[in-house]
Amino acid sequence: MQASTETVFLYPPTPLSARCYSHAKVETDEEFDARWVTYFSKPDIDAWELKKGMNTLIGYDLVPEPKILDSALRACRRLNDLASAIRILEAVKDKSGPHKDIYPYLIQELQPTLTELGISTPEDLGMDIL
Amino acid sequence: MMSSKEARSLKMLHLTTGRVGCLLSKQVVVALTSSGARMSSHGHHEVSDSVDMSQPMYWDRLDTPLPDRPWKDVLDSTDKSLKQKEKGPWTALSKEEKIALYRLKFNHTYPEMKRPSHEWKTVIGGMFIVFGITGLVVLWQCHYVYPPQPHTFGEEWQAKQVQRMLDMQINPIEGFSAQWDYKNKQWK
Repeated sequence: MQASTETVFLYPPTPLSARCYSHAKVETDEEFDARWVTYFSKPDIDAWELKKGMNTLIGYDLVPEPKILDSALRACRRLNDLASAIRILEAVKDKSGPHKDIYPYLIQELQPTLTELGISTPEDLGMDIL
Repeated sequence: MMSSKEARSLKMLHLTTGRVGCLLSKQVVVALTSSGARMSSHGHHEVSDSVDMSQPMYWDRLDTPLPDRPWKDVLDSTDKSLKQKEKGPWTALSKEEKIALYRLKFNHTYPEMKRPSHEWKTVIGGMFIVFGITGLVVLWQCHYVYPPQPHTFGEEWQAKQVQRMLDMQINPIEGFSAQWDYKNKQWK
């Protein structure tokens, strides 16, 4: 009588492609940036959309790229809202947290836009101190 | 001229104070209107402490930079002309005008939101006061509540107890008696 040997796996040795990770496609940084630039670039963006966009963006665990902020500042210009533009700059400075080198970099990258649109930074207006 | 907000709250007041009496409600209505006029630059204030949550709110939050409503939504003529100027090139605005525009839309700047408070002193002080009161309660309790100590706590008894433990060689290797130098009759 043949003894049948059945090997019973205690766990299925799954190949990498079949592991129990989510199969959702992960958005790359470039895609994320592009999506947000497009959002703020809408020509007839309204005040609510600007507020919603900015509040959502600030809610993320990241400091937005200069190109996103550039798009947002131009949206402020289309909405004739200088105050919100300054507020956005304050918000990203706060988002940088302990990394004090991020905000100067952002201002450096945004300087052409700031000069073009006439947006003063909070530092220019003396609003960065109590 | 009453804003629609004041008119709405007046209507509600009439409903709630219907039973109170015509004269009283009239006085309250007058108070509402006059205080509304006084606070016209911040037209969002309610007379009562509760905020009307059905209206767009203002907030100063670090994590939500743009609130639903500007800080000052009742603008006088200078504010209105400034808002008109805002529609043109911002390079034409002076620093003071830009600051004024910011202050129209927002109450506190980010540094003002993040300003330190003296609250911690209140907290620590309150804690120590509570500790002190608790300490007094404990002292009183020790004096008035606790029964007398058992006689086995007395000096003489304790000395006899230690001697007995040494005689029995309690924990002679690593513990109690191990610390006693039996030759020289003293602690090691």
